[in-house]
Amino acid sequence: MKRFFLSLCVLALFGGAVFLWITRANTLPADTLEGLSADATRGETVFHASGCASCHTAPGADSSNAPELTGGQKFPSDFGTFVAPNISSDPTHGIGNWTAIDLANAMLRGVSPAGQHYYPAFPYASYIRTQPQDVVDLHAFLATLPASDTPSQPHDVGFPFNIRRSVGGWKWLYLNDDWIMPASTEQLERGRYIVEAMGHCGECHTPRNALGAMDQSAWLTGAPDPSGKGTIPNITPAELSWSDTDLTYYFETGFTPDFDSAGGHMAHVVENLARLTPEDREAVTAYLKALP
Amino acid sequence: MKRTFALTTLTAALTLVGATAFADGHIDNAIKARQAQMQLYAFSLGTLGAMAKGDMDYDAAAASAAADNLAAVTMLHPGAFWPQGSDSASNDKSRAKADMWANYPDVQAKGMALGEAAAAMKAAAGTDLAALRGAIGAVGGACGACHKAYREPAN
Repeated sequence: MKRFFLSLCVLALFGGAVFLWITRANTLPADTLEGLSADATRGETVFHASGCASCHTAPGADSSNAPELTGGQKFPSDFGTFVAPNISSDPTHGIGNWTAIDLANAMLRGVSPAGQHYYPAFPYASYIRTQPQDVVDLHAFLATLPASDTPSQPHDVGFPFNIRRSVGGWKWLYLNDDWIMPASTEQLERGRYIVEAMGHCGECHTPRNALGAMDQSAWLTGAPDPSGKGTIPNITPAELSWSDTDLTYYFETGFTPDFDSAGGHMAHVVENLARLTPEDREAVTAYLKALP
Repeated sequence: MKRTFALTTLTAALTLVGATAFADGHIDNAIKARQAQMQLYAFSLGTLGAMAKGDMDYDAAAASAAADNLAAVTMLHPGAFWPQGSDSASNDKSRAKADMWANYPDVQAKGMALGEAAAAMKAAAGTDLAALRGAIGAVGGACGACHKAYREPAN
C-alpha cells in the first residue's frame, strides 16, 4: 500500500513536471538577432505588410502613414473578448522600452518580456514565419511612431481560458513555423511570405477548430465572422474567380470587380496593401491564384 | 360602454397596424433607394475603373460623363435615405451598423470626403488617363472609410 502511494506521488510529480515543461514560455535563443542592423525604412514596409495598425489603432481611427498605436479595438471570439493593447512608442503604456529581442519573442514566440504567454488573438501563429531581420527593422520603425499614454485595457476572457499557462499547451499543439503551401518561383515565395507570415491572412480567412487553431487542411477557404455576423469569404480559386488584374486592383483600391468596395476589417487590410509596392500586390495575387 | 370600448380598441389596433405597415414599407423603400444610389456609384466607377485598370481604352468624353454622374450622385440629400430604424439590427435587408446613427458628425464628415473625392475626379477624368488614375484612389478610400466603420460583413 505504501508503495502504491509512493508510485502515485512519483507519477503526479512526473505529470506535473510534464505539464510545466509543455506549458512553459519558450523564448528565442538569445543570439537570434546577433549581427543584424536595423533599417527603419524597410521596417515601414514590414509594418504595413504585417497590418499592425489595423488592430492596434484606436477604434474608428483614420488611416495614417504614422498612426498612433493606442489600442482599444475589441475582438470578440468563442473564448471571450480580446482588447488590442497600446503598442505605441510610449515607454510606460506602450512598448517604447522594448528591445528588438523583446519584439521578436512577442511576434515569433507569443511571449511577453515578462515571460508570459500572449493569447493567439495576437497572430504569432502566422508571424512565427517572419524573418528576424524584418522584426529588427520593424522595431526601428515602431520607435518612430507617436507615443500614446492611454493605458491598455484587460481582456474579457472567462475560465479556463483566463489561465495564461494553458496557452502553452495550445502552442505545444499548434505553433510551428512550417510553410503551408509550396512556392516554386521567387514571386510565389514573396506572395507566400506576405500571405502566410506578415499579412496573417489565414487568421481570418481559414476556419478554426474547437480550440481556436487554424485548420490548415482548409487553408483560406473562409470562416464565420468572429463577430457572429456574416462570413469571411473563401479566397481560393475554387470560390474566387476574379482575374489577376481584378485582385491586384482590389488590393490597391478596395474596389471589387463590380465596383463595390472593401468594408469592415478588410478595408484596413486594403489600406495596408495599398502602401506596398505593385510587385508585392502582384505577388499576393500570384500566391492566391496558385492555391489548390 | 363595452361596445364603445371594443370599437376604440379595434380602431386603435388598426391604426397601429396601418402605421406599422406604412413604417415598414417606408423603411424598406429607403433601404432600396440608398442601395440604388450605391449601384449608381458602382456603375460610373465601373467605367472609370475599367480605364484605370487598362481593361478599357481611355476615352476622355466617356470618362468625363462617368465622373460627372458620380459627382452628381454624391450631391443627393442623404437624410431621407437613412431613416431611424433602417439599421442592420432593426431590418435584415440592411447592412448599415446602428453606430451610424450614433456617430452622425463622423458619418457626415465621411460623406463630405466622398463628395470632395468625386469632385476631384470630375475635374481630372477628362484630362488624361494619368489624372484619372491619380483621382480614383481617393474615391476608393472614401468608399472604404465608411464601409470600414459602418457596414456589417456580407453573409
